[in-house]
Amino acid sequence: MKLYNLSASDTCPCVVMKFKTCTIMFDCTLDLSSLNYFLPSCLVNNARLMNLPKWKLKDENGILVTDSDLKECSGKIFVDSSPEFCFPETELLDLSTVDIILISNSHTILALPFITEYFGFHGTIYATEPTHQLGKLLMEELIEYCHRVPKSNQATKWKNRKLKKQLPSSLSSCWDQDVSSWRHCYSSDDLQSALSRMHVVRFAETVSIFGALKVTAYSSGYSLGSCNWLVESDFEKITYLSSSSSLTTHSQPLDSKFLSNSDLLIFTGLTQAPTHNPDSMLAELCSCLGKTVKAKGNVLIPCLPFGLLYDLLECLLSYMETSNIINVPIYLVSPSAKASLALSQINAEWLHPNKQNKAYLPEPPFPHDELIQLGRLKVFSGTFDGLSSGFKKPCIVFAGHPSLRFGDAVHFIEMWRKSPLNSIIFVEPNFSYLDALAPFQPLTAKVFHYPIDTRTNHQDASRLIDSLHPSQVVAPLSYMKAPLTVPHRTDLKLNLGCPMNILEKSAVLSLNVKRKHEMVDLEPELASSLLPSEILPGVLMAPISAQIVTRDNKHILKPIHKRTSIGRKRKFHEEVVHRPLLCGKLNVGSFVENLKQEGLADVKVEEGSAGKIILLQDTVIQIEGDSTHIVCQGNETLRVKLRDILLKNLDGI
Amino acid sequence: MPDIRVVPLGAGQDVGRSCILVTLGGKNIMLDCGMHMGFHDERRFPYFNYITGGNGRLTEHIDCVIISHFHLDHCGALPYMSEMVGYDGPIYMTHPTKAICPILLEDYRKITVDRKGEENFFTSQMIKDCMKKVVPVNLHQTVHVDDELQIKAYYAGHVLGAAMFYMKVGTESVLYTGDYNMTPDRHLGAAWVDKCRPSLLITESTYATTIRDSKRCRERDFLKKVHERVENGGKVLIPVFALGRAQELCILLESYWERMNLKVPIYFSTGLTNKATEYYKLFITWTNQKIKNTFVERNMFDFKHIKGFNRSYIENPGPMVVFATPGMLHGGLSLEIFKKWCTNEKNMIIMPGYCVAGTVGNKILSGMRKIELKPGQIVEIKMQVQYMSFSAHADAKGIMQLIRMCEPENVMLVHGEAAKMEFLKSKINKELHLPCFKPANGETVVITTNPPISAVASVKLLHKHREVTGITPNPKRIKTIHGTVIIKGNNMQLVDSNDAIHELKLKKHELRFTSTVHIPNIHRPTSVAMNQLHGHLKKNLRSHNISINSEENILIDSVLLKAQSPAEEKTDQEGMDVLVSWSMQDEELGTYIMDLLRTGFQTRTT
Repeated sequence: MKLYNLSASDTCPCVVMKFKTCTIMFDCTLDLSSLNYFLPSCLVNNARLMNLPKWKLKDENGILVTDSDLKECSGKIFVDSSPEFCFPETELLDLSTVDIILISNSHTILALPFITEYFGFHGTIYATEPTHQLGKLLMEELIEYCHRVPKSNQATKWKNRKLKKQLPSSLSSCWDQDVSSWRHCYSSDDLQSALSRMHVVRFAETVSIFGALKVTAYSSGYSLGSCNWLVESDFEKITYLSSSSSLTTHSQPLDSKFLSNSDLLIFTGLTQAPTHNPDSMLAELCSCLGKTVKAKGNVLIPCLPFGLLYDLLECLLSYMETSNIINVPIYLVSPSAKASLALSQINAEWLHPNKQNKAYLPEPPFPHDELIQLGRLKVFSGTFDGLSSGFKKPCIVFAGHPSLRFGDAVHFIEMWRKSPLNSIIFVEPNFSYLDALAPFQPLTAKVFHYPIDTRTNHQDASRLIDSLHPSQVVAPLSYMKAPLTVPHRTDLKLNLGCPMNILEKSAVLSLNVKRKHEMVDLEPELASSLLPSEILPGVLMAPISAQIVTRDNKHILKPIHKRTSIGRKRKFHEEVVHRPLLCGKLNVGSFVENLKQEGLADVKVEEGSAGKIILLQDTVIQIEGDSTHIVCQGNETLRVKLRDILLKNLDGI
Repeated sequence: MPDIRVVPLGAGQDVGRSCILVTLGGKNIMLDCGMHMGFHDERRFPYFNYITGGNGRLTEHIDCVIISHFHLDHCGALPYMSEMVGYDGPIYMTHPTKAICPILLEDYRKITVDRKGEENFFTSQMIKDCMKKVVPVNLHQTVHVDDELQIKAYYAGHVLGAAMFYMKVGTESVLYTGDYNMTPDRHLGAAWVDKCRPSLLITESTYATTIRDSKRCRERDFLKKVHERVENGGKVLIPVFALGRAQELCILLESYWERMNLKVPIYFSTGLTNKATEYYKLFITWTNQKIKNTFVERNMFDFKHIKGFNRSYIENPGPMVVFATPGMLHGGLSLEIFKKWCTNEKNMIIMPGYCVAGTVGNKILSGMRKIELKPGQIVEIKMQVQYMSFSAHADAKGIMQLIRMCEPENVMLVHGEAAKMEFLKSKINKELHLPCFKPANGETVVITTNPPISAVASVKLLHKHREVTGITPNPKRIKTIHGTVIIKGNNMQLVDSNDAIHELKLKKHELRFTSTVHIPNIHRPTSVAMNQLHGHLKKNLRSHNISINSEENILIDSVLLKAQSPAEEKTDQEGMDVLVSWSMQDEELGTYIMDLLRTGFQTRTT
């Protein structure tokens, strides 16, 4: 078995496994950290961003290469271009050979159209129904963000390797991420075509892959429809453990019952905020938000339109009720906000049992609809979507995109950055808030960082993995050791009881998962023709000969019928034959006796050099312990007769 | 050989009180647990004494209960079974069924106890306790009931949340369809099942003899008739069940009213309406693709023209359309309205579904114009009676289609009338050549299966034949394997013979044969003759490795051919003697080569 790590970084998993003639890709995550090197895109021309000082790039001879590509803001250099993304590695493996792609949640789907549309992929993608729906929304949103403000400037000149040395260190670090392979966002046609290859599955629905492997999704408890994957053959078991959560969120709880005792466990879903407890973060978020709106300030929470948001809204609403600020409106601004909220209400089967029970009443599982009716929650697809009429301050705004490089959050931050009354609260753990804010400096609004990440932390993950008893574990390097900044924090690494392998970036890992057995089906006729004999107490043995028919990786054994040739034509006898198993020694005495009974009286037994020699007409039978050699002169009838008598007189069975 | 036993306790050559007992690999499964609308005595529930023998609880006898959908003839006896007879094991149903089922049960209980004053019936608390035993399942989810029994639900279309259930123990499997619909309608999709090849398919056969015309025509007919009536000032009564067909017809009328800009009021009885449509909104993933695609923008179940009904509206003058429950006119509001309106020839009643024998609905459909509604009170029916088959059952074509879809080994018909079943049975025998059963209630059917036997084979043995055939094996060539089966208890292993001998500490015995064959039509010198022989063997044994490794030896796989030095006295004679030597492992090949040399070569050279 081989594993290919195509991940752009440890936080953006994309792993390919080759096993039993199948090539399976687990997740294809888009690395959005490349966005940090770009300037934000605004809907309306933003004077501040446009008038930022140009940073001239000169080559080693001092000749000007470009003066418009790079701009400086508060001492940092940014690329003024339409944003580019860091896609998974594509050189390590021929991506057209990938048979199936398994997507664990809507965050790990973003690179899908890129993988499926540009490298000749012709397999199938499997994901749960909510992952399909929400992933589609998320990708549509990304496309919309990237394409609704087409920047005329497509900066490319700065990406020359020769110029790397001329770049300031903050920008030249992008070469560590292989800047030359960065690409612009895919189109919505790519997305449509990629999704047309997708098959949706439910939790615990088993899908057969060419009959060779079975693939099943089990709830991972992280977000709506998120799952871990189990890949199994009749005898081997491989677990792909993605972002999982043992906390109570909106999603169905983690289901690890069927993931135990696997031959291999691949782990990629560790929390991004291991030092922040989600519950205390939530409490701080609420109180900070309360303080701001009570002081007549506005709150901006850059976030994605689903997942964490569902839980956040619910907690926030109850907090606002208890602290008596219910008249402060909440705005949710995102192209897919409306669809996302609607989807959350109709997927009761995928939710936590508490929410499921609401649907039985029947009541909507989430309070969103009620709040929209009460006017406390207002949903807009963008700042242009009639938001300005009736816009009430102070307010709480949830807007995308959390990278602050595109989307409506950019608009709000430009609007509110100057007032110290306003707060910007970062909750998404996948984005560095300092990098996100860099192009908006200097900033007088208050900034808070309360990352809420419900994924397992190092200890929980270690405990979870150990409780599943895998034979071996594969995980990225950064999971295995404490971060460089805090080397003494040994609690920030996985402490496992089972053997570990490191999944290094852009590397191929050969693993020792040997296949020893496979299932075969014996046709009833063949099975009933077997003649077992008891060798040891309770152990039966029978020789078997069979035709083997392999179809869809399933082996069927059919009987071989004895063939007798009559003249030129061959006719088939309806008798099943098995090649006998010869063992033990020949009982010479009874063999000779039997020969005589068959009318072969002319037998002479002589002592040879190594054993006995039986002479019978012109036939010689040499017997030496564990071997017998019959030398005859072409008389087939006699030979067959001798053979059959001999088989009866072996004392092995 | 393993067998599957099936006994229908209800729905055997009958419609109503569906309840089928299946014994599969030692597991007892109860499929549905319904009531019969046509009876008001103990016959309304399945005869559970058959299982318990009149004493004891069902828990000891039944491993699990599966409910296909929320119609009362499929789940109406559930609280009676679990709480009054006694059953504590798991009850499986889909999420929408779990949501809707208790409401219909409560409704049924109210009508029976509160209105008719029956005693010794299940209580509200019993319904609640019963629902606590329910385990909800998702479509296509494999549920492990215990170590051996697994079940899986498929979409059945019939009503919201209706499912077909596939159950499997070892190599035996049963697919139970419940009620299903093979054509998508206004709000639900069509039933779908993969090629699961069950040992037995138990299918409903309500419309075993009908082949219905296109749905569009029926819809047009329906709308035309309703429109005609209300234009003439008549009232239209459509008895329906609160959930299911009602929503489909509402969508149909709603869009028609909007298109034609009609103002005639449409009413929907029962307080269930709002609740019912709420269920459709929450479980929209169970409806058809079109509704799913548009729900974010416009939810099809938000009706503009359809309003709630009040009892006082019965006497209102002027035209109106009223949907009233229940659907078979066996009580409740629909019967009440019917009594008031049936004497006016301007009015019309449209029966959109099947009516069980014994109900008023069934009587008027069978053409009776004088009906005894209460003892001694005979009413003459003047209103028009229309039957429109909107009930979402598969017709004969649909049933055949489903059988082809899942490729069962045996078929069993339930939930239909005996005469109609007979017709379908012969059709299945004739067209699909499958054994088909139609047991009556209480009649046991035993189906013996002959499944293949699974064994664990070593990969080494399976790879052996690949080595012989090379990297690109000829797919047409029959591949054979030779090995040894070792049986320990229930465990059957297939291993390489040498490994078996080693494992069982036996000693191998080598047996070798050497035989002489005389080939007459071949000429010396030896080298030429051997080359000729080599070419001949190559032609005849294409899939074997044949090599000529010295002047006098040819090796065919491991069979050795050796030219014998001519004996002195035979030198003048034509032809040549060849020694063939093979071991017992190559017995087939050895004998075949002997045959070939003795017969084949002569004729080919001459």
